[in-house]
Amino acid sequence: MPVNVRIVQGLQEAAEILASDRGAQLLGGGTLLVRAINEGFMTEGTLLRTLDPVLLAMNTGGARVELGAGVTMAMVLANRDLSYLHAPARGIGGPAVRTTATIGGNLFAATPYGDFTTALLALDAVVTLHAGFGGARVMPLEEMLANRARGGVGLVASVGFNRPAGADTFRFLKVARVRPKGVSVLSIAAHLPQNGGRISGARIAYGAMGPAPLRAKAVERVLEGRSLDAATIAAAKTAALEGTQPATDAIASEWYRREVLPVHLGRLLAGETS
Amino acid sequence: MARMPVQFRLNGSDRAVFAEPTETLLVTIRRGLGDFAPKFGCGQGTCGVCTVLVDGEPRLGCLTLSVTCEGRSIETASGLADGPTLHPLQAAFMEHFAAQCGFCTPGMLMAAKALLDRNPNPTRVEVVEAIAGNICRCTGYEPIIIAILAAAQQRGARRA
Ligand SMILES: Cc1cc2nc3c(=O)[nH]c(=O)nc-3n(C[C@H](O)[C@H](O)[C@H](O)COP(=O)(O)OP(=O)(O)OC[C@H]3O[C@@H](n4cnc5c(N)ncnc54)[C@H](O)[C@@H]3O)c2cc1C
Ligand code: FES
Ligand code: FES
Repeated sequence: MPVNVRIVQGLQEAAEILASDRGAQLLGGGTLLVRAINEGFMTEGTLLRTLDPVLLAMNTGGARVELGAGVTMAMVLANRDLSYLHAPARGIGGPAVRTTATIGGNLFAATPYGDFTTALLALDAVVTLHAGFGGARVMPLEEMLANRARGGVGLVASVGFNRPAGADTFRFLKVARVRPKGVSVLSIAAHLPQNGGRISGARIAYGAMGPAPLRAKAVERVLEGRSLDAATIAAAKTAALEGTQPATDAIASEWYRREVLPVHLGRLLAGETS
Repeated sequence: MARMPVQFRLNGSDRAVFAEPTETLLVTIRRGLGDFAPKFGCGQGTCGVCTVLVDGEPRLGCLTLSVTCEGRSIETASGLADGPTLHPLQAAFMEHFAAQCGFCTPGMLMAAKALLDRNPNPTRVEVVEAIAGNICRCTGYEPIIIAILAAAQQRGARRA
């Protein structure tokens, strides 16, 4: 039975189909799913396409930001309120990928993909999920990513997070060997709110350093309550690898990822990246 | 699986087709509608030879399902020339030797058109970024960048 496409109107209907049919997957932009079909990796099952406008909603002007899961990287780039997310959005493929690649698809993209998700993780994002027949519920992105490998997460309707306070509070770095559109060796996102010159509530996230984007909690602990000086940065670099589990793939070896991560983290914290 | 009806505009003409559910826009345009300008290269989103415009935005024909294009306006390189008059981008590509084997050219032209339609006066960096998803194995890219900048200049001169 070849792959089927089913068009449904509402999110709840789509979520119910996802819950009852293990072969069903939501179609986001399709940059990964259609590629899987082209390559013969996906030969059966159902792609669900929903036209629910909730997926394209963008609420970006206030302190609380909400982005529909169907929002594309190009839509993020076209939105001035989201300038702090432009670097991770611009890092995803070329322009013709970015017009198609959605935030929702990025949340499920296998490592080394997931650069935008890495940024969302450092923003302490939550996801609004429709799983099964029970309606919507909100879950921290970190928890959703931990559940991702098991499958059956459900349908993500949107992501929400607080807008970072200042221009320099949020930083993102993608390390790739091919510019401007190579796949990540790794990516790092850092949210560094300060209170009286000291970091308070730091969030550091890595992409391509584990099976899914992950928080660098040891680094966050090092940064907490300290000013961002050379000694703090050196201590952060020492803690950089804790909890990481990088893979060897066509882009880089596990060894290489471990070698370069502390260097790039140090540069990002020191504001030395362009 | 039953074929699905899809209607869209292709280079200004209304077209109606029946497409397999997972048929890509590239296959529909080439096999179904006989427009062979967009090419099939990798089928993975990495080479850009299948680039077309969907409602003015660059999209990869090989990764776009036709059924998602209902009611959209599609442009390919076949629609660029106005009768015997080449589009400024096509003329600039010819003038500046930006096509050698020509396999990447339809995709490059559409990526460039998407840029110039949105940003008529791009910088070199913006041109490089606009064609970052398009691979050319022949030219070394420089003639293509020069051609796109020249076309922008020429279009600007025409408007002035
Ligand atoms: C040339 C190329 C370069 C790329 N470069 C990068 C890169 O540098 N960095 C990067 O991170 N990615 C990259 N990608 C991968 C991909 O384009 C992105 O990760 C993109 O964001 C995936 O989104 P999509 O909408 O296309 O996903 P789809 O292909 O539509 O879906 C992917 C998976 O997510 C699931 N899904 C989608 N939306 C939802 C939802 N709302 N709720 C539940 N499940 C959902 C689907 O069911 C599927 O399992 C690249 C892809 C290509 C082709
Ligand atoms: S054929 Fe579409 S990107 Fe290569
Ligand atoms: S001209 Fe031959 S690939 Fe570009």
